Amino acid sequence: MANYSTNEFKGGLKIMQDGEPCSIVENEMVKPGKGQAFNRVKIRKLISGKVVEKTFKSGESVEGADVIELELAYLYNDGEFWHFMNNETFEQVAADAKAVGEAEKWLVEQDVCTLTLWEGNPINVQPPNFVELEITETDPGLKGDTAGTGGKPATLITGAVVRVPLFVQIGEVIKVDTRSGEYVSRVQK
Amino acid sequence: MADWRSQATLNTLKKRAELLRQLRSFFFDRDVLEVDTPLLCKHGVTDLHIENLETRDSEDNCRYLQTSPEYAMKRLLAQYGHSIYQLSHVVRDDPTGRHHNPEFMMLEWYRVGFDDEQLLAEIETLLTSVAGAPPLLRLRYQDAFIDYLQCDPLTDSGVQAIHQRLKDDERTHSWMVSEDSVDTILQVAFNFYIEPQLPLSQPVAITHFPSSQAALAQIDSDDPRVARRFEIYWQGVELANGYYELTDAVEQSLRFEKDIALRQSAKLPYRAADELLLAAIKHGLPRCAGVAMGVDRLLMILCNASSIEQVLPFSYQSA
Repeated sequence: MANYSTNEFKGGLKIMQDGEPCSIVENEMVKPGKGQAFNRVKIRKLISGKVVEKTFKSGESVEGADVIELELAYLYNDGEFWHFMNNETFEQVAADAKAVGEAEKWLVEQDVCTLTLWEGNPINVQPPNFVELEITETDPGLKGDTAGTGGKPATLITGAVVRVPLFVQIGEVIKVDTRSGEYVSRVQK
Repeated sequence: MADWRSQATLNTLKKRAELLRQLRSFFFDRDVLEVDTPLLCKHGVTDLHIENLETRDSEDNCRYLQTSPEYAMKRLLAQYGHSIYQLSHVVRDDPTGRHHNPEFMMLEWYRVGFDDEQLLAEIETLLTSVAGAPPLLRLRYQDAFIDYLQCDPLTDSGVQAIHQRLKDDERTHSWMVSEDSVDTILQVAFNFYIEPQLPLSQPVAITHFPSSQAALAQIDSDDPRVARRFEIYWQGVELANGYYELTDAVEQSLRFEKDIALRQSAKLPYRAADELLLAAIKHGLPRCAGVAMGVDRLLMILCNASSIEQVLPFSYQSA
């Protein structure tokens, strides 16, 4: 993998730090009038998801990370791996539980997810921003109060639990924002 | 379609022109003579951390684009003993940043008969009159470290404690474990721990830098551990750097030699000592103090701009 000089740093560049592939979030060059120039950089560690700040002497070289992002459709889970497919080449990729992480509860068959691959192996799965899922469990007794403020918890077919308005019932399909985990609307079947 | 338009608004360009007019008027009123020394000179700068851009004429003579008009202005000071200022572009081979454009407007002035204290008083007046700045706070470099970091930068144990702190800091750990330059350690600690704590609303002069960072300032006769060099910070921006000027030709020559050796060990391009400057200092530089101020940065503060590009007709990237 190529090395990058600090002069090439910019948002989105993938570099290796502490043995982990990282993505540059923010890069600021600092040049004191009489002193060593350096770069203050915010990076996201792509495996742990942590954002940390690092400092590099200007002109220093940093190892690049072999990271690519692919748009793949979710197929199925075989109990150990989650399988995804490129809809154009039909090539398949299997991600383990570590890579799928929190995304597991938002995976809907045929939905296109963003997979991050490091040296060919999936390290992160990002679900679409909005998914549609069926409610399998929620308290039916709380019917009628359309002006309800707090809502009630509802379990979805994938196991995710979201707060929904009181009028929403078992068997209905709802739209959820996966970034916040919040209910958006009911979906007409 | 190429993006040919300026990022600066017409209002910003008007403020820029007004600032330049006010600066010229400030010095005219004080009988400080405007000079415009050459941008292209036979010598570059020996400073370890400043790089010249260079060019060649059709007869293959090398000329360095000046990073500051300092050397040429000092030749005029030695010859005429008159206070002078220059308001011109300078060029440094640096990466661009939020506060830095490789070509920028420098205001540099020298006051014959002044020391650093007197020059600081004049800077205070200038910032008040052209930028409505509140009074200038003065803080010694050593006191800044003791107040904000509880470490004395002028003792070995203090420097060790500062180095350890940077090594323990996740942000600077990997660089600092292999850094052995005391000046770089202090400079990075200053950037991370002191600068963010300086008052924003009021300009601050950090004075009496360690003598290892004297550049072209005199060593303090009361405390040889420090030099009569200062920097001005305001609104989180390094605005100016000044000296009670070194007038000793032998000492100047030694500092050039030291710089050249440091550049060699850092494998940087060779820059010869400017013998024209050395001859002028040998002839006799009058007792004087001088300062260089970044005009674009001052304008950023006046316009409340977040990036230097917003106050330039065209930035390096769009020029």
